Amino acid sequence: MTTLGQMELSRRTLLKGGGGLVLYFAISPRRLPAQEAPGPTAEPQQLPGSLSDSPFLDSWIRIESDGSITVFTGKAELGQGIRTALTQIAAEQLRVEFSRIELVTADTARTPDEGYTAGSQSMQHSGTAILHAAAYLRRMMIGFAAEALGVSANDLKVEDGVVVSSAGDKRSYGQLVSGRSLHVTVPDQAGFFDPENYTVMGQSLPRVDIPAKLTGQQSYVHDLKLDGMVHARVVRPAKPSARLANLDTSEVEKMPGVLRVVRDGNYLGVIAEGEFQAIKAMQALQSAAQWEGGASLPADADIYEHLMRLPAVSTVVHGPETPTSPPGGARIVEATYTRPYQMHGSIGPSCAVGHFQNGQLTIWSHTQGVYPDRTAIAEMTNMDEQAVRVIHMEGAGCYGHNGADDAAADAALLARALPGRPVRVQWMRDHEHQWEPYGSAMVVKVQGSVLVTGEITSWNYEVWSNPHTTRPGPAGNLLPAQLISGAFQPEAPTNIPLPAGGADRNAVPGYSIANARVVEHFIAEMPLRTSALRSLGAYMNVFALESFMDELAFAASVDPVEFRLARLEDPRARDVVTTAADAFGWNDWARRPGHGRGFAYARYKNLAAYCAVALELDVDRATGRIRIGRAVAACDSGHAVNPDGIRNQIEGGLVQSASWTLFEQVRFDGDGIQSADWAGYPIMRFPSVPETVGVHVIDRPGEPFLGTGEASQGPAAAAIANAVADAIGVRIRDLPLQPERVRTAMQV
Amino acid sequence: MIGLRVNGNRFETESDPETPLLYVLRNEMQLNGAKFGCGLGQCGSCTVLVDNRPVFSCLTPIAMLAEREITTLEGLGSIDNPGPVQRAFIEEQAAQCGYCIPGMIMRAHALLSENSAPDEAIIREALEPSLCRCGTHMRILRAVHRASKGLQEQASAAGESNR
Repeated sequence: MTTLGQMELSRRTLLKGGGGLVLYFAISPRRLPAQEAPGPTAEPQQLPGSLSDSPFLDSWIRIESDGSITVFTGKAELGQGIRTALTQIAAEQLRVEFSRIELVTADTARTPDEGYTAGSQSMQHSGTAILHAAAYLRRMMIGFAAEALGVSANDLKVEDGVVVSSAGDKRSYGQLVSGRSLHVTVPDQAGFFDPENYTVMGQSLPRVDIPAKLTGQQSYVHDLKLDGMVHARVVRPAKPSARLANLDTSEVEKMPGVLRVVRDGNYLGVIAEGEFQAIKAMQALQSAAQWEGGASLPADADIYEHLMRLPAVSTVVHGPETPTSPPGGARIVEATYTRPYQMHGSIGPSCAVGHFQNGQLTIWSHTQGVYPDRTAIAEMTNMDEQAVRVIHMEGAGCYGHNGADDAAADAALLARALPGRPVRVQWMRDHEHQWEPYGSAMVVKVQGSVLVTGEITSWNYEVWSNPHTTRPGPAGNLLPAQLISGAFQPEAPTNIPLPAGGADRNAVPGYSIANARVVEHFIAEMPLRTSALRSLGAYMNVFALESFMDELAFAASVDPVEFRLARLEDPRARDVVTTAADAFGWNDWARRPGHGRGFAYARYKNLAAYCAVALELDVDRATGRIRIGRAVAACDSGHAVNPDGIRNQIEGGLVQSASWTLFEQVRFDGDGIQSADWAGYPIMRFPSVPETVGVHVIDRPGEPFLGTGEASQGPAAAAIANAVADAIGVRIRDLPLQPERVRTAMQV
Repeated sequence: MIGLRVNGNRFETESDPETPLLYVLRNEMQLNGAKFGCGLGQCGSCTVLVDNRPVFSCLTPIAMLAEREITTLEGLGSIDNPGPVQRAFIEEQAAQCGYCIPGMIMRAHALLSENSAPDEAIIREALEPSLCRCGTHMRILRAVHRASKGLQEQASAAGESNR
C-alpha cells in the first residue's frame, strides 16, 4: 500500500464517518504517526494481520441496531478449530457473550479476501485482524457512550455488549452503533490489550462445530441438499495426459436417471437424478471410453535418481557461497535422506455443488481459498468474476492442496452443462488417490563435521525438490481446466521464498552453527503433480536436519538434547526443548533391548510455533515392525487462545506424521499411479497408533499468535527416526520406515 | 419397493435393489451421519449397525436389508440429546474434521453393547476397520473409555437401585 493510497483511504473514511467518528479519528493512535511522518517517501506502517489487506472495520465486524453481532473471516474452518478460536478472540475483545457472536467464514460474497487458509496462518492473519478490529470497536463504543452520557471514558466499562457507567447509565452496542458507519480503518491497537484480565481467550472452550458433526447435522458440503439437486460423477483419463480417442455415449445416455453426459475435449462426466445412478453411468462411461497415449512415469524405486537428473534451479539460500571444508581432526559425517511422494488422503473424497442460473454461477466447495478459486473458475469458464460466487463449506480434513479446488472446477463445468439445477459432484476413492496433487518426493544430502569437544565445524546441506505449491488462481492449475478443449496450461511453478520457504522450508537450521550452508535445488518439472501437503518441505527438512543433528551428536558422543541446547539461543526454543525432555523423563530413561528413544525440535518455518517431540518405541527384531509407546510434545504458539485446540492440532499432527513416517509412499510405475485406494496406500490404523501422546502448551499471554497447525509434522518424523536408530543401532535415512526396510537395516 | 427399518421407523424406497444403503440413507432419508469414504469397505466412514452389528453401508445393497433393524448415528441421539457414546466423544473433544467420527461412534457403540468394559487392546481391535486421517485416534480411544466408564457407572447405579 502506498502512502498516497493510505491518505486516500483516510480521507474517504473521514468523509463517510459521522461526527463522532471524525472526532475519534482525530485522536486515533493510527493517525498520529501518519501526521508526523517525515515526508511522502516514508513507508506506511503495516497494519497487523489481514488488516493490511482489508483495513476496514466493517469488513470484519458488523453490529445491527438490535445488538446482533456478526464477525467475518476470509479463512475457512478445516477441522482445525478456528471457528471457535476466532469467535473467542472477538468475544473477549468486544466483551460480549461468546454464544452471541455469529461467525461467517470464507464466502466471496460476504467475507474479506484472505487468500488461502493455509500455512498455519489463520490465527496470525485473521485472528490478529479480528483481535485489533474488535478491540478498536469496543473502544469506539466506549467513546460514543462517553459522548452520549457526558462522562469520561474511564468511568465506563462493558458488560456483554452494554456500556455501563459507574452511575449505572447504560448504552448497548446496538444503540450506540445506530445511524453510524463502521466503514473506518482499524488502527493498530497494540498497547490497549490487557491479557491478564482475559476470561474467554486462553480458555479451552469446547469446539462449536463438534456436536453437530457428531449427531449427523448438515456439516459438510457432502451433506448439502438443495431443491432439485442432481448428482454427477467424473471419468478421468486412464493416466495423466492421455487423450480421449473414442467414446460412444449413446448407451450411457439411455441408462436410468441419466440427464446429461458432459464431454469436452478430454473432460468427461455424467449427471443423473440419483447418486447411485450417476455412479453406474460413470462405470459404464469408464468402460466405453478409449484413451490414447499419456505420460510415461518412471518406476517409484527410481524416482530420486530421476528427479536429480531433471533441470534444477540451484540457489545458495543460506550461508557462504562456497562450502566450508571440515578442519583436520574433525569427525566427518555424510548422509543422504529421501522422502517419497505422499498423499493428503482425505477420508472424504472431494466434493462440490454448483448451481448455474441466470448467468450466475454459485459453487459450494471445501476449497482452502474461495477467492483464488473464483478467479480460476471465472477464467476457466470465461465468465466475469462478479458472476461467480464461491462459498466455503467444510469437507473432510484436507491437510493442504488436495482435490477440493479441482472438484469445485468439476462442479462449475457440470453445472454449466445443466443450467437451473444444482449439481453435486463427488469423486470416487480412486479419483482422490490418483489425481490429488501429492507432497513432493525429496532428497537431502548433508555433509557436516564435529570435534570431540562437540563443536560443529562445518554444515553443508542440499535439498532437491519439486514444487510445493501449484494452487489455482490461474485456471491452468485446475485439473479440469487442463482437460477441456482449448486446455489451459499450468502456470510455471515457483518456490515460496525464505524465510517461510517451500522446498527449503525449515532447511536452514534454527541452531547457531557457524558457516552453515544451505543449497536448494528447485526442480520445476513434475513427473507426478505436486503441491502443498501439510508443512510443505518442512516435514522432510526437519526429518533430515534433526536426524543429522543426532548423527553429529552421536559422532561427538554428546547427549542429543544437550547437543541441541548447546546451540539454541532463543529462550522460547530452549523452553520447549527442556519442557518436552523433562515431561518425557529424558534423563532418567531406562534402556532395554529393542527399545529406543528419540528427540527432535523445530520452530515451524523458523518463524511460527515452536515444537519439540520426545518419544520412545519398540522395534520387533523378527518383523521389523515399529511400535510407538509414549510420545510427548511441547509447543509454544504465542498467546494460546484455545489451549485444547492447540493440543488437538499438535497431537493430530504428531500421529499423522507418524503415519507418513512409518507407512506412506505413493506407488507408481509405467502404467500410472498404483496407489488407487487404502489397500494400495496403507495408513496408520488403530493397533499402530502410539500408546500415549501428551502435549504441553507453553502459553505466552500477550505475545503474537504463532501458527501451530503444521508444527509437529517435522519433529515427530525425526523423533521417530532418531528413536529407531537408538533402538537398533543403525540409522535409516529413507522414508517410510517400513518393516522390510527396518529388517534390512538390522541385517547390515 | 423395499421396506427398510431405520432407527425404529419404517421407510419404503423405490430405488434399484442393488443400491447401497448409504445412498438411500443420505439422499432419500436425509440422514447425514453415515459418510462416503471409499466405497470399498476400507475406511469405515459409512458404518451403520444392522441388527446391532457394524456394516459398511457403502457396500450393502438394500435388497439384503428388508426387515433388518438398521441403526444410524441419528438413532443414537440428537444434538439436543446426544446418546452416551456421542456425549463421551463431545466431552473428550474427539474430533478434528469429524468426518470419520460417525463411523467410529457406531463401531464403539456396537462394541460397548456387547462388552461394556473392553480393555485398550480390544477397543483398538474393534476400531481397526475405521480410518482417521486427522490423527484424532488418542482422543477417540479416550472417548470410548469414557463411554465405557459411564455405562459401567450406570449399570452399578441400576444395580444399587434394584437391590
